[in-house]
Amino acid sequence: MFDPHDIARFTVVTGHYGSGKTNLSINLALDLAAFYDEVMLVDLDVVNPYFRSSDYTSMLAERGVRVISPTFAGTTLDTPSLSGAVSAAFDTEGAVVFDVGGDDVGATALGRYAKEIASIDHEMLYVINHYRNLTAETAEAAALLAEIEAACHLKATGVVNNSHLRDETTAQTVLHSLGFAHDTAALLGLPLRFTTIPERLAAELSGTAGAAGFVENAYPITIHVRTPWEDAS
Amino acid sequence: MTEKVLMKGNEALAEAAIRAGCRFFFGYPITPQTELAAYMAKRMGKAGGVYLQAESEIAAINMVYGASAAGKRAMTSSSSPGISLKGEGISYMAGADLPGVIINVQRGGPGLGGIQPSQSDYFQATRATGHGDFHLIVLAPSTVQEMTDYVFRAFDLADEYRMPVMILADGMLGQMMEPVVLPEPKTELPEKPWAVTGHRGERPHNVVNSLYLKPEELEDTNIERFERYERIKAAEQRAEEYLVDDADIVVVAFGASSRIARSAVNKAREKGIKVGLIRPITLWPFPVNAIGAAADRAKAILTVEMNMGQMVEDVRLAVCGRVPVEFFGRAGGIIPTPVETLAAIERIAASLEGGAR
Repeated sequence: MFDPHDIARFTVVTGHYGSGKTNLSINLALDLAAFYDEVMLVDLDVVNPYFRSSDYTSMLAERGVRVISPTFAGTTLDTPSLSGAVSAAFDTEGAVVFDVGGDDVGATALGRYAKEIASIDHEMLYVINHYRNLTAETAEAAALLAEIEAACHLKATGVVNNSHLRDETTAQTVLHSLGFAHDTAALLGLPLRFTTIPERLAAELSGTAGAAGFVENAYPITIHVRTPWEDAS
Repeated sequence: MTEKVLMKGNEALAEAAIRAGCRFFFGYPITPQTELAAYMAKRMGKAGGVYLQAESEIAAINMVYGASAAGKRAMTSSSSPGISLKGEGISYMAGADLPGVIINVQRGGPGLGGIQPSQSDYFQATRATGHGDFHLIVLAPSTVQEMTDYVFRAFDLADEYRMPVMILADGMLGQMMEPVVLPEPKTELPEKPWAVTGHRGERPHNVVNSLYLKPEELEDTNIERFERYERIKAAEQRAEEYLVDDADIVVVAFGASSRIARSAVNKAREKGIKVGLIRPITLWPFPVNAIGAAADRAKAILTVEMNMGQMVEDVRLAVCGRVPVEFFGRAGGIIPTPVETLAAIERIAASLEGGAR
């Protein structure tokens, strides 16, 4: 099993639009809250109007995670601007997760902080999803990272396999993606840091070597990013 | 087995258009549909087509007019304020009997409004997209798969009836991700003997035009067009029914609000309330047959919309006073929650019980 304690204090999450960066960032921030007095989740997505970390500010605050949002996030004002509050992320002794916008376009905003981030011990995760249109093949997924790195002036340090088909994800969906994930990481010359598995599949998939449904470095995650009709409770 | 891929609604609209043989896309960025144009910018060139960011929405729709007049499958997309700008060009296309596909990923209005999802362009889509007597065929998807399938179908409908077809989506559908199976690309497209492609001295001129200075001629074009509309009303009404057969209360909702309504219907059924859902797929032609049949069986109807009450007028026309028609909606970019929609159903259920005593 992957131990979230192993994740760097300062972690940047990048990837394709819709690869699951926000949901992963929320999970990482909530898990880091168990080890650090202060945890900040920086919503750096100045591209995407919906389904973003800022939408979960109150839930995260209740659980000890402070969200730093673009100035106008959630106001429906269509203005891509970064908040001065982001600088707090470089002053804290606590943990920081940067949730970056999709593709090279979204990663451009990260470039603003490239020097600061490069000077700290950090991880930059590249999130991939074998079922995501246009980055479903190893070569496509690898090519996109080059565009992201060029836009943000930072290098990824590891790959995260977040392959899923939303609520249609089965154990088979995850297992079928492992080859793609290993190949992509190998092609990029980066470690495959972990593979996410939805909590509801934890019984069918195992982090124990040799067990049926073995997933190396499995990281069980909760699905927070949902449509309004999925939140029927 | 065809493999499923995860796509954003806006991307699915674009990919399905390319697979339907659309090779001309003219757009202009506006939230929350911009990913559609961005996807086209990346992919259309590789498909051998033309992607062009026009200088305005007005220019984009007139480019669609031109490409369509030349017999090509063409599309434009925008969100609410941008569709208002396209209204004139859409009217010209209707007047010239030109096929074409127009995507509206709606956001809250009026005016600049906001960037959150809405269904407040229902009247605009079904009644008055532009000036003059005309209709569009209007399709309302509720899933990313349907966004794919309806765009694919929209091009065929547009060519078959020689008229513009609108996909009326909303920001939630455009922005959300769902697994989809993409259709196999079309290899054969219908012949268009009316297209202005050059007569080469071999046939009379084809003319694509919406200007008629003799009123009798102009009236004739209107009458012919409305006879066509009657055939469409008879042949193309579509609606999905869910748990309607034994329902005392029938909820009518389209697009994203139908997903909310379905959730609320399931919750109400768990509480023993006999409620069902009709989801209009074609907003024009409106599925009056399905709604009318429901009005013969049910005791009350509730429409749920992301606006101040628009489709409810079509539902009332179809029901024609047989049973009460109530409305519940949220506006301004707010999506009704399943809980408050359930409460609206429960209020009606309580009033029905009260009436029986």
